This record gives sequence, structure tokens and C-alpha cells, in this order.
Amino acid sequence: MTTLLDDLRLAVTPARVRDHQSELNLYRRDASNFDGNTSVVCFPTTTDEVQAVVRACVAHRSPYVARGSGTGLAGGATPLDGAVVVSLAKMNRVLSVDAAARQAWVEPGVLNLDLSRHVAHLGLHFAPDPSSQQSCTIGGNVANNSGGPHCLADGVTAAHIVALEVVLPEGDIVMIGGEDPEPMGLDLRGAFVGSEGMFGIATKICVRLTQNAPAVRTMLLDFTTVESGAETVSAIIADGMVPAALEMMDALCTRAVEEYIHAGLPMDAAAILLAEVAGLSHGLEDEVARIIAIGTAHGARTVRVAQDEAERALLWKGRKTAFGAIARIKPNYYLHDTVVPRRKLPEVLNQVYEIAQRHDLLVMNVFHAGDGNLHPLLVFDKREPGVMARVHAAGEEIVRVSVAAGGVLSGEHGIGLEKRDYMPLMFDPADLAAQASMRSAFDPTGLANPAKVLPSPAGCGDVHNVPEGAWI
Amino acid sequence: MDLSGFAADVGNASAGPVTIAGTSSRGGAVDGVRAVVAPEGIEWIQADEMTVSCGAATKVVDLDAALGEVGQRIALPLSGTVGGALAVGHSDVRRLGYGPVRDVLLQANYVSAAGDVVKAGGPTVKNVSGFDLCRLLVGSAGTLGFLGAVILRTRPLPQVSQWFSTATDPWATFAVLYRPVSVLWDGTTTWALLEGHADDVREQAVLASLTEAEGPPPLPTTGRWSLPPAGLTALAATTGFVAEIGVGVVHHTQPAPQRSLSAPLVALHQRLKTEFDPFGRLNPGVDLLDG
Ligand SMILES: Cc1cc2nc3c(=O)[nH]c(=O)nc-3n(C[C@H](O)[C@H](O)[C@H](O)COP(=O)(O)OP(=O)(O)OC[C@H]3O[C@@H](n4cnc5c(N)ncnc54)[C@H](O)[C@@H]3O)c2cc1C
Repeated sequence: MTTLLDDLRLAVTPARVRDHQSELNLYRRDASNFDGNTSVVCFPTTTDEVQAVVRACVAHRSPYVARGSGTGLAGGATPLDGAVVVSLAKMNRVLSVDAAARQAWVEPGVLNLDLSRHVAHLGLHFAPDPSSQQSCTIGGNVANNSGGPHCLADGVTAAHIVALEVVLPEGDIVMIGGEDPEPMGLDLRGAFVGSEGMFGIATKICVRLTQNAPAVRTMLLDFTTVESGAETVSAIIADGMVPAALEMMDALCTRAVEEYIHAGLPMDAAAILLAEVAGLSHGLEDEVARIIAIGTAHGARTVRVAQDEAERALLWKGRKTAFGAIARIKPNYYLHDTVVPRRKLPEVLNQVYEIAQRHDLLVMNVFHAGDGNLHPLLVFDKREPGVMARVHAAGEEIVRVSVAAGGVLSGEHGIGLEKRDYMPLMFDPADLAAQASMRSAFDPTGLANPAKVLPSPAGCGDVHNVPEGAWI
Repeated sequence: MDLSGFAADVGNASAGPVTIAGTSSRGGAVDGVRAVVAPEGIEWIQADEMTVSCGAATKVVDLDAALGEVGQRIALPLSGTVGGALAVGHSDVRRLGYGPVRDVLLQANYVSAAGDVVKAGGPTVKNVSGFDLCRLLVGSAGTLGFLGAVILRTRPLPQVSQWFSTATDPWATFAVLYRPVSVLWDGTTTWALLEGHADDVREQAVLASLTEAEGPPPLPTTGRWSLPPAGLTALAATTGFVAEIGVGVVHHTQPAPQRSLSAPLVALHQRLKTEFDPFGRLNPGVDLLDG
């Protein structure tokens, strides 16, 4: 009988099957704090090779994990129990672009920003823009249903995927969804998006491309209280506007960013709000005026409207380099991701500050305020004895207060390992059973990225954060 | 919204086959099977969240009217019930601008084949907590569960909304307009729905040489075809249709061509149905893969 390794070498050629410990170490984790272990990493270059890899894994009853760039923050791509890592990084071609129909077929390993650059000359872009867009893959975006600042108006990844070629967990190659608007049967495409590698491996992806806006205006408003900033966000939406982006940073974060990039951000502000509107000129000017009026009525101290593309880029740089800025304060961070109803933002932010203080931790907030998507960032030094226990205790409390405020566990990073055992905070056993039914139907083998998303039945209701086989 | 009464009506496996009735605007309940009706009524409208919660039997026009009072609307076809619109999943001619029906549903509380109330999704406009069961329910024609109450995403009302027409080629019109809400074509005439600031709408109309029109053309109802948007050019020499440019839905006087799925996809549909409704009691006889 052949070994799994033999079969994988046959599936993708020996050169693209790696099992040296030094290389395996690179694939033990994603960008989360969860470490796992893998026995072998393979690099297919075609759909047929992915199929052959999946069939080899099924034949040997070996779990496997699809992997894009490994920038996931919930442990989705972390292999457990020696699972085979199937890297899609070498499947990175843009296959076709139909400018008239505004659709493109890409391989899963294409990087998010590369796709937008590839179609820029056509006046088009791929709307989901995660902050990691220089390094994350479209396949990873699909699996995590990723979002980004500009998803407020244009919707998250699910709204931009029309069809997928998938190698199902039993090894069949299927086309789900379609270039046509109403494909036959159930919306399997919709079910697949956000399935975190547990419903099969996407090998080709048909994305919807979005028209670039003819004009864009970017504004920075600053406030003396977090509440007034958050209330401005709610008031803008209630006034009937859906800006292209509405991003907020709190005092600590603003100061860290300003010291890092010197963009002229107000160092004494309690919160700053970055608002961007996009579209045709008259509507745009009207919205700029309304946002300024609403902000001023809610106590904005200053409103800075970017005068040119350079100033706009500088303001966005502040938002996008927040993580780099924070690294200068403490060496480690743990980024959380929950959503609360917009009008609960002030209340939940206050709870977040209180939680961090009680656990003697520093917290900064930089987040997608427009859709209530909080990103509390706990910063710390891992070398400090006992600090990880405090980080995890605070993190769990942040998740709990968000759900208690009528929010949800995750807005864009997904559940993975990180929040798997928090699922019962939001879902009853019958709700979880329905999600488990989806998993069983898509993956009767149970080998595609096992032990993610769904809490183990034994762990139901009992929240303990570190799954077996993983360590922090 | 309390769904215990609705769940009791649906019952569990021992209650046998059951169907769900709306206003029959989209085909309605299965004949000869015991019918239940979902709760009706708006539970709340949160204008600053742009969300609304209502019973599945709420009429779409009633919901749209209530939302209009806070300057918002719902991107569902304006007929029948909310539950029916979601279960069928067909958008109206504004899909180009408003997106598909499936993107409207944030949370669904449905009654399962076992008679349990089950929650899918969550109440916020952004959410990736677990698998996307909501997407699977939209368009499932009541074969996986019966919608009881839903939370939906709303949209702001535009300042101006105006239909136009032109004799210009539809693709040229589509290419020149910025995010039109609808572009329709019957082989001869092109119609466009533009929304937004009055001055922008006027300028766009000039740019694309459009003339104001009363509204969209009457839509043939015999066949609802689904074609890749790039494939609509093939209709050029034919008649008897109104096509949605950039979308691919074609309203036709001829029935839609037969379609079929590959064997592994048929098997996947069967596994899903078996998982969700092992005894086949929900809307018996409704076959999503028929034609
Ligand atoms: C600094 C930083 C900023 C970030 N900002 C954002 C943000 O703004 N918004 C946001 O949403 N996320 C953000 N993320 C998270 C992350 O970048 C996204 O989740 C991204 O989509 C993951 O892509 P990836 O290619 O790295 O996937 P990976 O991490 O490699 O994998 C993610 C999941 O997808 C599965 N998968 C990968 N490829 C496939 C495939 N072809 N078929 C099936 N399953 C597959 C994996 O099994 C895994 O479950 C950020 C991360 C970092 C480190």
C-alpha cells in the first residue's frame, strides 16, 4: 500500500510536496495566536491537482486545510493534528476579465490588491478591501467572507462573488453559482462563501467588478468625546446616507498613529472620524455638506476636507497604518472583531475600556464605525508573566458584552478556532444543529478543515477558548 | 417575535406533510396539503441601523409604506409577502442597482421540519458568525424550513427616481452611466432607471442621450430566463423579450430553456434536503431542480 506522502507526490509532483520541519514550521499557524502542526504542505497548480490531493487525503482518511496567504486572524488556516496543508498560493492567475459584463475569473491565490490593480485601467475594481489587501488572497476572502472599510456601501465579499469552481470534500469538481443571475437550485454559492475551508476548496472564482467612482471626497472630523463621534455616525445613517466609508479611531490610537506618520491628526481628540463619500458630483457635494452639518451639530471641533489626492492618501494612511503604529508601543497585539448595533457603539466602547482597565491592559480602538464593526486592539508584551491569561480573559468579556448588546461574534474575521467555543453565546443548540447540517451535507467525510467554526458537542455552552491540539 | 404558535402549527414529524401559504402571488401553497400561515406585522423599524424586523407574512407593500415614513425602502419586489419574496428569491427590475434579494436578509427565524424555531444569521448589517444559512434559505421555496420572522436590511429613499428611454444600443448606455438602478432592453428600445441627486440624474440623462419615460415597459411573464449578462447580445435578432442589462434576467414570451445540474450537485441538493427535512414533509412535491 502507498503512503499518503507517496500519493501526494504523485498528485502534484514531488517538488511541490514539502515535509522538511523547517518549512512545515512556516505553515503551523495563520496570523492568529493559535499554533497547530502539519505533517506536509503541498502546492497544487491546477484544479485537477487539487482534486488529486483531496482524493489522496480522503483515501488515507487524513484531514487537510486549504490555505491562501495565512493572514486569517481566527485560526481558520491553522492545521490541527498534522493535517495536510493545501496551499493555493501557486494558483495565482487572473484567467479572464469581461469589462463589458464587469466580471472576472481568477484563481484562488490571486492577491486581493493585485486583482484591483489588474482591472484599474478599465475603471473597475474588486470592492472588498480588507486592510490586509496587499497580502491576502481572493480564495481566503471567499472562505472568510472578508470585509473592509469600503464594504459599508458596496457590501462584503459575498455580494461580489457570482460563481465558484469547487473541489468538493469527496473529490468531485463542481461549478456553483453562475455568471447568470439566477442559477438553478439552492444558493450553494452563498452557502460556500464564509465556510472557512470546511465545504471544499475553491479553485476558480468569478468575481463581480465595481465601477470606480467618478469623484471621491474624504473628510476628517474630530471630537472631544467618543460618544459624540459615535452619535454622529448614527445620525449620518439615519439621515439617509450610506457613505463609502465611515471609520473611527479613539484617542490612544490617534496619538499613536500621529506620532508614527505625522499626518496632522489632532493629538488631543477623544475620537476622530474618517468619512468618505463617492459618486456623482452633485450628490457628493450635498453629502459632504450634510455630514459637516451633522458632525458640527454633534460637537465636532474641526472638519478637515482633503483638498487633493495627496491629502486624501495621507488621511487613509493614518487609518491603514494603525497596526504598524501600535507595534511601537508594545510588541504584541490581539485584534478583536465584533459587531454591535451602531447606536450601542458608545455604551459598548465604554465597557471595552472598563474591561481593559480591570485586566490591566492597554486597549486601542480603530474600527469600521459605519457598520458597528468594533476592532478593540489589546496591546501587550508577551514576555510579561501572566499577561496572556489576562488578554484572553479580557477578550472573552469583550465578545460577551458585544453579544449582550444585541451584536454578533464576528463581523469579518470569522469564527475559526478563536471563537468556535463562543458560538453558543449567539446560537441555541437547534441553531447550531442546522449549521452542522450544512457542514455534513457539503462534507460527509468531515476531513475538510475539521474542528473549526462549530463547537464540539461536549464543549457546548461551556466557553473555554483554547481547543485541544492548539496552543498559544 | 414569538414564534411558538407558528411552530406548534407546523408541528413535528408526527404532524405529517405541511405547506405554507402567503398571498399566492408567486404560486402559493402546495395543493391538498395542510397549510400554515406565518405571523404578520412589523415588530420594529430602526432607521439609524437601517434594519427592520417583521413577520414573514407581512405584505411587502405594507412594509415598504411603513419604511417610506422614515425615508427608507426595502429592496424586495413589491408584491405578496416578505416570506414569499424571500422563499422564491426573485429580484425585480431594480436588481442592477439594489442587488439580489439574497443580500436583503440579515436574520431569519424559521420553523424546521422537526418543529423547532431555528435562528440563522444575526441582527447586524455585518456578520460572519458561522455558516451562512440565510443565503441557503433565500430561494429554497420553503423546502428547508418555513420562515417565521426576519430582520432585513433597508435602503435610503433617493431624492429623485426617474425612468428614461433611448434608441441607443443598451451596452453603450450601460457603459456610460454611473451605477444606474436598472437598464432594460427589448431589442429595439433601451430603458434606464436613474436615482440620486436631481442634478446628477439630469446630467447623466444628457450624457447618455436619454428621454424621460413613463416607466419600465410591460414585462412578458411566460418565461423568466437567467443568462450570463455577456450572453444577452445573442438576443439581438429576436423579439418577445425584455432583458435586464448587466444582470442577465430576461422576461420572455417563451418559456425558459430547460436546465439541469451535474450529478454531484444533484447529490449535494439531496443531502441538504435530507439533513434539513429527513421525511420530506415541508412543501412536499416542490422540486427546485425541476426544469
Ligand atoms: C494586518 C491584518 C489586517 C486585516 N484586516 C482585515 C480586514 O480589514 N477585513 C477582514 O475581513 N479581514 C482582515 N484580516 C484578516 C484576513 O486578512 C482575511 O481573513 C483574509 O481574507 C484571509 O485571506 P488569506 O489568503 O490570508 O487566507 P488564509 O488565512 O490562508 O485562510 C483563511 C481561511 O480560508 C480558507 N481558505 C483559503 N483559501 C481557500 C480556498 N481556495 N478554498 C477554500 N477555503 C480556503 C482557509 O482554510 C481558512 O479557513 C486582516 C489580517 C491582518 C493580518
